[in-house]
Amino acid sequence: MTRISVKVDGVTYEDEVEPRTLLVHYLREQLGKTGTVIGCDTSNCGACTVHLDGRSVKSCNVLAVQADGHEVTTVEGLADPVDGTLTPVQEAFRDCHALQCGFCTPGMIMQATDLLRENPRPTEEEVRVGMEGNLCRCTGYHNIVRAVLEAAAQREGQRA
Amino acid sequence: MIPAQFDYVAPATLEEALTLLSEHGDEAKVLAGGQSLLPVLRMRLNAPGVVVDISGIQELKEITDQGESIRIGAGATYQDVLDSPLVREHLGLLHKAVTEVADPQIRHRGTVCGALAHSDPAGDVGGPVLALDATMEVQSRGVVGPRQVAAADFFVDLFETAVGDGELLTAVTIPKHTGWGSHYEKFVRVSHQWAIIGVAAAVRAEGGTIAEAKVGLTNMGSVPLRATAVEQALVGLAATEEALAEACSLAGEGTDPPSDLNGQADYRRHLAGVLTRRAVLAAAGG
Repeated sequence: MTRISVKVDGVTYEDEVEPRTLLVHYLREQLGKTGTVIGCDTSNCGACTVHLDGRSVKSCNVLAVQADGHEVTTVEGLADPVDGTLTPVQEAFRDCHALQCGFCTPGMIMQATDLLRENPRPTEEEVRVGMEGNLCRCTGYHNIVRAVLEAAAQREGQRA
Repeated sequence: MIPAQFDYVAPATLEEALTLLSEHGDEAKVLAGGQSLLPVLRMRLNAPGVVVDISGIQELKEITDQGESIRIGAGATYQDVLDSPLVREHLGLLHKAVTEVADPQIRHRGTVCGALAHSDPAGDVGGPVLALDATMEVQSRGVVGPRQVAAADFFVDLFETAVGDGELLTAVTIPKHTGWGSHYEKFVRVSHQWAIIGVAAAVRAEGGTIAEAKVGLTNMGSVPLRATAVEQALVGLAATEEALAEACSLAGEGTDPPSDLNGQADYRRHLAGVLTRRAVLAAAGG
């Protein structure tokens, strides 16, 4: 067992983990953060996407020990911790109906959030390329792309 | 899927890492970004006794200007390479190929040197690195200074390189190709997947004529290949589709690509000619 100290959604946790424990298993099973889901378990689908030190990663493809001393944000850490206010990306996913079954949604929201941080006003093409590591088997991506563009427009509006 | 048990060590210095690798020999696997190693461990295709995580070693993360070349350390991620003005200016081909590697999440963690050491023939950086005449820097404990291995000698076979037990690929050094046109043409069925095949082309054109060309092939054999016949045939040609077509059609000759669900060997050889024409034309600005 290896002792790790990791900050997840603003709270620091000290835990013993086996080195082989995947970050996604640590988040879900040891911390109970089941908002992050396991989709394919082969690092293809992106459903388990979280942020590690502010950049999106597939948490099934990172060991929990690699997060030692680092900061993780899951989909549960996006909304305002006090009043629950959603982020523009979360709002846009709701408003644009960017989901059907909803299983890919946590990963989609995390990747969209990273994408917009890097490129606040993406074109539709840039959104499609930027979201290439996240698979959705229901929507055909149409409303997901629309939501990301909508979130970009909203954030632009807030800044203006 | 859960990996088999292993011990995990995260050395803070290169010296410590080399000591660990020398102690554990073939029981050890190096983890840089982990984007190839973790799938291997999860699927239990390999079960090392010790995983040596080199991602915390600061001195390995650097991308530096060496004058005639750019040196990319073993800890530099694909994203670091994409963000590097040095790579963009002097190694346009590598920059373009890295934009095609997997997806953003993988590029945030995965490393160029890790991919080279993993030596998957369908990986996107082997062909460009080979075409650009790179040199790999391999180090081991007790040996003063790195062993320099030319890219042409580095890739030995499927998932096998010149890096031996106890050794570490510490950097790749690539000669500057400032002012060269470049293009990476990747053929895939699903956007973030491995290349069915890929063609990396760098071209130095003078007044609409090709003065020098370098062409690397991805997944056209068990290791990345250099299309030398094409390179030679291109010299002196006008950068137009008609003029280039015949020379580029040579790309698949003498290759032994795999046959799998994505395509048979003869299909890949056909694709190699077509994609080489597209890549060279794009690189030449035609």
